[in-house]
Amino acid sequence: MDFSLTDEQTMLADSVSRFIDNDYDFDTRQKIAAGDARFSAEMWRTFAELGWTAVPFDEADGGLGGGPVELMLMMEQFGRGLVVEPFLPTVVLAGGVLRRTATAAQKDRWLAPLIGGELQAALAFAEPQSRFDLADIATTATNEDTHYLLNGKKAFVLNGGDADLLIIPARTAGQRRGRDGITLFALAADAPGVERKPYPTVDGHSAAEIVLTNVDVGPDSVLGDPGRGFEALRAAVDDAALAVCAEATGILRAMHDKTVEYSKNRVQFGVPIGSFQALQHRMVDMLMICEQCRSLLLWTAMVATSDPADAGKAISALKYQVGSSGRLVAQDAVQIHGGMGVTWELDIAHYFKRFTGIETLFGNADFHLDRYVNESSR
Amino acid sequence: MNVNFSKDELAFRDEIRAFLSEKYPADLREKQERGIALEKDDIVRWQKILYGQGWAAVNWPVEYGGTGWSPVQKHIFANEMAAANAPDMIPFGVKMVAPVIYTFGNEEQKARFLPDILQSNVWWCQGYSEPGAGSDLASLKMRADRHGNHYVVNGTKTWTTLGHFADWIFCLVRTSSDVARRQEGISFLLVDMSTPGVTVKPIITLDAEREVNEVHFENVEVPVENLVGEEGKGWTYGKVLLQHERTNIAGVARSKYRMRRLREKAARGIHGALPLLEDRNFARKLASVEIELKALEYTELRTLAAVAVGKAPGPESSILKIKGTELQQAIDALFVEAAGYYALPYVPRQYDAEVPLSEQIGSGTETQTSLRYFNNRKASIYGGSNEIQKNIISKHVLGL
Repeated sequence: MDFSLTDEQTMLADSVSRFIDNDYDFDTRQKIAAGDARFSAEMWRTFAELGWTAVPFDEADGGLGGGPVELMLMMEQFGRGLVVEPFLPTVVLAGGVLRRTATAAQKDRWLAPLIGGELQAALAFAEPQSRFDLADIATTATNEDTHYLLNGKKAFVLNGGDADLLIIPARTAGQRRGRDGITLFALAADAPGVERKPYPTVDGHSAAEIVLTNVDVGPDSVLGDPGRGFEALRAAVDDAALAVCAEATGILRAMHDKTVEYSKNRVQFGVPIGSFQALQHRMVDMLMICEQCRSLLLWTAMVATSDPADAGKAISALKYQVGSSGRLVAQDAVQIHGGMGVTWELDIAHYFKRFTGIETLFGNADFHLDRYVNESSR
Repeated sequence: MNVNFSKDELAFRDEIRAFLSEKYPADLREKQERGIALEKDDIVRWQKILYGQGWAAVNWPVEYGGTGWSPVQKHIFANEMAAANAPDMIPFGVKMVAPVIYTFGNEEQKARFLPDILQSNVWWCQGYSEPGAGSDLASLKMRADRHGNHYVVNGTKTWTTLGHFADWIFCLVRTSSDVARRQEGISFLLVDMSTPGVTVKPIITLDAEREVNEVHFENVEVPVENLVGEEGKGWTYGKVLLQHERTNIAGVARSKYRMRRLREKAARGIHGALPLLEDRNFARKLASVEIELKALEYTELRTLAAVAVGKAPGPESSILKIKGTELQQAIDALFVEAAGYYALPYVPRQYDAEVPLSEQIGSGTETQTSLRYFNNRKASIYGGSNEIQKNIISKHVLGL
């Protein structure tokens, strides 16, 4: 058991932290999020130049060989900075599938430009009926000689509007909610038969509804073994769940710190409101929740590093903790800011909205408590 | 004790239902169902229909145009209005300033202001909070200095809901600083928003909407006849108003309606999914909010009954405010959970009347659930934050 970071890990965390402090203040973030593009191509180039888009990939593939700990350190800072660039959909989700399933030729074609910052990607992990069940896939891929025809609807595809590459899980066999018979396809977002309806999300990011009508793809589009795509899908989404929990931990800590600061400066009844015991105790409760979330985050990152095959239960524990108790921190931070807390002008509201988005992403607290129960009785 | 409505009460309920099915305009009904925001004209039109029926001012004394209904009748009316998803009355005129005017105003003021409030000819807004005076309202600084037969008003009011629609604003202003207690120098003043020197600036809330404003007053001349009651007694009048406001804020009938809708939605398989009610976790949360809400419904009925026998709504109204807003917010969160990923697309324009349903993202108003959840965090802040309500209860009910 060792909590210390390697020199490389410390350098990575410092580099992201400095970037947030120097180049990504709240005003900059707000300008980016309000723009038509939803994220800054220039920032993305910087991410690539700093090597961040290479972090989770094997050195053999041109990556930096980072793991869950590196991901955690980056995402905590991205949370604090409310970063809207599509690191999660491109690098963690789509990249997570590619690094697990792609052949050498497929990696050359897609993973190399992704690491280089030249390719945007998305993983279609949800359908309109699926809620959080990754195996609930009604989209079909029917075999026509060596080709497949894809038909179906994908919901809430993060970065779906800006992605060059889409990774589409589709059913080649089995029942709608079955884990067997799911095949992963990589296809160009502008392929004939792909209709995208992009939209901004309430937390400053973007997603798309995608309809696939007789999309014709060749055998070189298949990622991994046909019919056995579920494990890579689940593993990439688990990476992403860990990533957003780290982001949420960064957000909650920022909300807590800003609330304490506000309570020292906001004067009512002739004294700072932070002198009221009712508020002091609530801010102490908030702090305890932040610490509990961070503890579980560190544990989960360590489990995911040492025993990736068994990380699901830890990730569900973490997602439940962040979703259930973290919500109280987010709500109280708004409450203690009073009317100011619900204005567009203050960052608190935008932290609150991003935290709320994260509550839903990859399964809410109920979903993960159930999964934890199921994993415990396995 | 009897939990059932009497024959007369049932007949009363049927009368309300008949009115709603005949007089609630189909276009407003559709807007409400589809989650399309109402225009100012829509709201005024609906309030005038209620006026035509004699039901615009349920709580007013009969002599000024009220209904004289029993608490149970008022309860039935609120429930039927909510069950039809009819728009809420905008409270600032009918429910807030009017009780102050008919209780503390003089005969000229009653004759001048009450009919236009009753008929929704004049839109009122509330000038209480200031940038430095929120929870600590008595620290307000807006000055009204007497010069002959008018006051000169200077200062800033904030969080002014729908101030951009308003014709008049009722304000708490400081008319004297030379007092033992700062509450004593406060007066209740009515200001025509079209007076030179009044400017309204939007405050954009976290859901990117304009609902509240800052209202600036620069050397605004207000005739002394716009002072309600005595100079320096405004704090007392304002407190009466706030107690009325707090009983209104609970929104029990609206919450009951929303819970019914949520249960209906959760019983169906949306987008071809399994019905959410089959998820025990969700079913239990739904039940737990329903039980709390039933309790609050009866707490509110008890308060209404006390008011009916002549008591003004007292500090107990703070209980309604706290529990009512907590439950509203719990329901907001349940709607977000029920919508799953469809809580997250930001597509407010798809609810414009021209957009066909087939092109919408999410089912019904799913994509509005998180916006409503965000916006309604205000409910535990406004009308005196829930922390202030607890202070009121501990001081005035517990005597601590």
